[in-house]
Amino acid sequence: MIQFTLEDRNGERQPVEIPEGINLSLMEVLKASDYNVLATCGGMALCATCHVQVLEGLDALPPARDAELDMLDTLPDAEFDSRLSCQIRVDEALEGGIFKIKGPEQ
Amino acid sequence: MITTDICIIGAGPVGLFAVFEAGLLKMRCHLIDALPQVGGQLSEIYPQKPIYDIPGYPEIKAQELVDNLMEQIEPFHPTFTLGERVEALERQDDGSFVITTNDSTSVHCQVVVIAGGLGCFEPRKPEIQNLEQFEGKGVAYMVKNPEQLRDRRVVLAGGGDSALDWTIFLANIAKEVTLVHRSDSFRGAPDSAEKVFELAKEGRVNLVLQSTITSITGSGHLQEVTITAKDKTVTTLAADNLIPLFGLTPKLGPIADWGLRIDKAAISVDTTDYSTNVERIYAIGDINTYPGKLKLILSGFHEAALMCQSAFKYVYPNQKLSFKYTTVNGIPTF
Repeated sequence: MIQFTLEDRNGERQPVEIPEGINLSLMEVLKASDYNVLATCGGMALCATCHVQVLEGLDALPPARDAELDMLDTLPDAEFDSRLSCQIRVDEALEGGIFKIKGPEQ
Repeated sequence: MITTDICIIGAGPVGLFAVFEAGLLKMRCHLIDALPQVGGQLSEIYPQKPIYDIPGYPEIKAQELVDNLMEQIEPFHPTFTLGERVEALERQDDGSFVITTNDSTSVHCQVVVIAGGLGCFEPRKPEIQNLEQFEGKGVAYMVKNPEQLRDRRVVLAGGGDSALDWTIFLANIAKEVTLVHRSDSFRGAPDSAEKVFELAKEGRVNLVLQSTITSITGSGHLQEVTITAKDKTVTTLAADNLIPLFGLTPKLGPIADWGLRIDKAAISVDTTDYSTNVERIYAIGDINTYPGKLKLILSGFHEAALMCQSAFKYVYPNQKLSFKYTTVNGIPTF
């Protein structure tokens, strides 16, 4: 199992466990776990509404590609540790990470 | 003035399908959209994205769906005003409406249907306390007249093409140009990024990278911008103008001022016919909300059909509506 923590907009943290080998993005996990995220474009790094801040574990993640960075640049509240959750695959790189939901509510 | 039966605000898939449903009932439609082309989000954001939940299509690309909808409504000859934003809505003595756009196009209609999807697109604003207080007093989200920035101290924020382009342009006009960007590289056009780095090297532009603007101050007009770097160091710059350039985000826009009941940035509707609390105004698709609302194109199509059945009474007050299947009647055009 891969274990990480999600922090909602109110600052409340919830541990999440995902079986290994599941081909999901972090955005899909957020949606499936009933977190209120817009994810307008459905995971194509085109809308930036699935914005998360990686409070812990940023270095373990694969670097953002240009499409993701392009979208992050359009966000006035993007931090240095911001990512688009649709571009993060759920695998062992997420183990122990803490992700804060920042995108707009649905 | 354009005269029609139904004026549909929003030319996305749901707005387009509403033309078909209206056409079956012999109601003519005019569509207005702020975007320069039809299709809404589908054409603007993800034209090549496959969609899997349109009945009868195991898979269809977003733009293909829009193209098909255009073909489907062609027999009803809808008219369009594209690239203009609806600004005003005026009720007439007989209950009908006149809608006016930002480009002074006027549409007289019996019924208004808001199919605005996510809404109008407005500038993304950084979360800086007092920002709105300085709008028009040094803070703007676009450069309308560069001459107004001549010999001024201008701070731009953002890392996209707009930020790069305006930095280059204003380097020749403004007294001082500072570009603040959260990263240390730009992914805008490589030529533009290179030019900005050259200007910085020549001392004609101040580049403040890996930093964000955290506060602004001034007395009556913007005077100072405070910048916080990744390493938490804080710098304060004297500035006459701040131009955050972070693209656009959807908002309800002027529709929010029409007296409609709004719930969490969406329009509350009655699910029997998707009417709003204002008579003769309906809201269908992603822009409406009701208990159990599913933001699916599929749901919007259903809402369009029910809306038209209800709108008929305003367009043909003296006629009785009798529902007929298209399998019985075919597609009766005008």
